[in-house]
Amino acid sequence: MNIWLVILIGGLLTYAMRLSFIYFLARLAVPGILRRALRFVPPAVLTAIVLPELMAPAGSFDFSVGNHRLLAGGLAVLVAWRTKSVLATILAGMLVLAALQLAM
Amino acid sequence: MTDSARSFLAGVRSELPLLIGVFPFGLIYGASASASGLPPAVAQAMSAVVFAGAAQFIAAQLMHSGAPAAVVILTIAVVNLRHVLYSASVAPYVERLPLRWRGWLAYLLTDEAYAVTIVHYETSGMTPTGHWFFLGAGASLWTTWQLSTALGIILGTTVPAAWPLDFAVPLTFIALVMPTLIDRPAAMAALSAGVISMLARALPYQSGLMLAALAGIGVGMILEPAK
Repeated sequence: MNIWLVILIGGLLTYAMRLSFIYFLARLAVPGILRRALRFVPPAVLTAIVLPELMAPAGSFDFSVGNHRLLAGGLAVLVAWRTKSVLATILAGMLVLAALQLAM
Repeated sequence: MTDSARSFLAGVRSELPLLIGVFPFGLIYGASASASGLPPAVAQAMSAVVFAGAAQFIAAQLMHSGAPAAVVILTIAVVNLRHVLYSASVAPYVERLPLRWRGWLAYLLTDEAYAVTIVHYETSGMTPTGHWFFLGAGASLWTTWQLSTALGIILGTTVPAAWPLDFAVPLTFIALVMPTLIDRPAAMAALSAGVISMLARALPYQSGLMLAALAGIGVGMILEPAK
């Protein structure tokens, strides 16, 4: 199949998924159970993306002090919890990661 | 300045920290796509048409290794499944907008635009110009993604991979997720999704992420006291 067609269909499918509920929710009465589920989407999805990147940055679990991303990420969790600031969290995490990489 | 412009700029400002991480990600995508033999126009078009980093990386690799078209398309669809959850999650906030607005905002609904927009909506609520916040976050990400892809294609393999700038994206997600852990059901939803995602990370097509997210949502709902 033509490479352009592959990209077009892949893009259309992706767009359809992005549009799905944004389109239909306005036209349908949404069951209460779905509304109750939605508030758990951000904590569940974001944590599911982040944790493997900290615990297994190279693909396999690494709980040693050699895992700089786990140390820097752990500190970032504390900073995020105390400051509630995105910028402070990024600065703290990046500085610790850079320092660990330079030091080791 | 109008309220719309203020809201748009607030969206851009909230997205800025993520762009630090997205820019190198786009560079690496552009460089690896052209290194794997994808024509530059195709690599760039994929950033505009598919507009989803992880899916683009995998699709470029599959095309390079000569996978059948149906496999590439199916992979893009499965890797991007989580966008259905994002769509459901933002839908209550945008349901009153005209279809034209909803159509464009859906196009801009990426991991990074979703993350800052939903946290903004949940903490400040939806305002009459709240859709401009979403547009500001999405459009600034879109522009960064297209430019960094183009630069990656031009620079090719001369892009240095040693700088760990990609770490800015998970760091931002950490900062965004902490305020959503407002009670025990939410915290347990996050914890169970995170643990399952780690254990299931080797499943094909990133399906472990979707599995983890659904399990986390289920745990949250079970623990939530019935009203």
